[in-house]
Amino acid sequence: MPSVNWVALIIFAALFAFVAWLGLAAARWRRGDLDQLREWGLGGRRFGTLITWFLVGGDLYTAYTFIAVPALAFGAGAMAFFAVPYTILAYPIFFMVFPRIWQVCHKHDYITIADFVRGRFGNRWLALAITITGIVATMPYIALQLVGLQVVIGGLGISGGGVAGYLPLLIAFAILAVFTHSSGLRAPASIAIVKDILIYATTLAAIVYIPMRLGGFGKIFGAVPTAKLLLAAPGPHSTGSFSAYATLALGSALALFLYPHAITGVLSASSGRAIRRNAALLPCYSLLLGLLVLMGFFAIAAGVAHRPEYAAAFKLFGNSFSVPALFLQLFPSWFVGIAFAAIGIGALVPAAIMSIAAANLYARNIHREFINRAPTDRQEARIAKWVALLIKLGALAFVLFVPTDYAVYLQLLGGIWIIQTLPTVMLGAFTRWFNDWALLVGWAVGSLTGTMMAVASHLTPTYPLHLAGYTLPGYTAFYTVILNLALATILTLLFDALGARRTSVDETVALDYQS
Amino acid sequence: MNGGDDHHNGAAPAVRAQRRRLSRWYLVFLIQFVAVLWPPFFNRADPHWLGIPFFYWYQLLWVIIGAACTAIVYFATAA
Repeated sequence: MPSVNWVALIIFAALFAFVAWLGLAAARWRRGDLDQLREWGLGGRRFGTLITWFLVGGDLYTAYTFIAVPALAFGAGAMAFFAVPYTILAYPIFFMVFPRIWQVCHKHDYITIADFVRGRFGNRWLALAITITGIVATMPYIALQLVGLQVVIGGLGISGGGVAGYLPLLIAFAILAVFTHSSGLRAPASIAIVKDILIYATTLAAIVYIPMRLGGFGKIFGAVPTAKLLLAAPGPHSTGSFSAYATLALGSALALFLYPHAITGVLSASSGRAIRRNAALLPCYSLLLGLLVLMGFFAIAAGVAHRPEYAAAFKLFGNSFSVPALFLQLFPSWFVGIAFAAIGIGALVPAAIMSIAAANLYARNIHREFINRAPTDRQEARIAKWVALLIKLGALAFVLFVPTDYAVYLQLLGGIWIIQTLPTVMLGAFTRWFNDWALLVGWAVGSLTGTMMAVASHLTPTYPLHLAGYTLPGYTAFYTVILNLALATILTLLFDALGARRTSVDETVALDYQS
Repeated sequence: MNGGDDHHNGAAPAVRAQRRRLSRWYLVFLIQFVAVLWPPFFNRADPHWLGIPFFYWYQLLWVIIGAACTAIVYFATAA
């Protein structure tokens, strides 16, 4: 383990102190009554194009992204680049679907996506399924943010046993908990601006400076083993890595904006126009992500894995340490401090939004629906604030007491579960054709089959589907959402043919979805 | 799948016409789906650009083209 890097640590701590102050001060930004859930949990829907851009970007490109995506390239090579087509395709999907969802949620004052499902399909059990899926898929994601934080804290030279090793993580956690509680969504929205300035500066500096130090891109890619440089060509009777690559990209793109934290970012926008503009502006982050993947190759070329001074950290954090090691090796301490702070603050922003999103879901769609049907605004906001804290504490306990691998596995399963809400949420934004019970059955079967397939493939993202003598390896989430959709369609036709009366009422009308 | 809810909500004919026009512009998006989801197109090292293999710069280039496509659709449908 490297010894404590004081210069980097002081800069890191100073930047954290600054965002802690900013997060608390954010309570007074675009002032609203924080005793109302729409103010605490959605920032009063007051964010224009630019703030929404920072907020959604801060939301989707997390500390875990900065650590795990290059780590995957470092370990697996070309396959990791699926993250690029994934983000390319996420935005057209976003553009087509989410302005409609924003409109209808604005019109009916829906605070969560499950509010929308409840109103559209009039089925509290379908709304409950969407709620639980959202909360369960979000929780391991929060844990992984704290894991990302742990990796950079380890990179500063602090780790190992005892309270002292965990102290920085606990301090960071306390900062997160306090500003989320007091300022709600305004806190991550303001901190996201700082985070992005740091991240863009760090990445651009790294993408220019590191290739210069390592002798150019030609040399860097020359150092990557040939087998990792491109996708392996598929063998006979198999679509091999090609179908895995394409389905991972498409499935991830379809799932991205179904996550509650993404939807919370969308719903906090002040207009549908801000959403549509963001679909065109958010690809800036995709470019950043592509450059981040290349960082994994930089780490291979720099030979960080063979450096004795990083051996202990690699043993502790695995390939996740490749980017911190790369920065430690090539940059002066002050820059390391800024870069690590960028990643660390990149953990706080999404962790705050995720816990708020999950708390909104609990307050609106479990507590209000099943426990106290007529809470006052104040009660509802208070419940959400405490649930947000509870969720974060759960994530912290998970990181402290459970091996990191489990958080990664749960995050993988979370992707499979969240995509099962696609027919209800995304198609629900266009049509009320589906029978609500058919959607519920599709969701249940998709989630269950997906879980079983993931277990059968030893908790890896892809499943080798066998079809007519061919092997089609592909993203489990993608395969199971097709199953889900097929089932929902067939059952809807069947229920209609049987003359099943639709008991539920759609409280939205077509014009609610138009700008 | 646009019209599924129209019959009982009675959307105005003008709105329906506008919606159909929007969806035609969405076809622009189809280009990027094909371009980046078919690995045989781009799973090769040559030609290199600045020493970067084709596989990588091709997909990064599509980030920019994709953003341009979205911008085109945005302006075309903004009216």
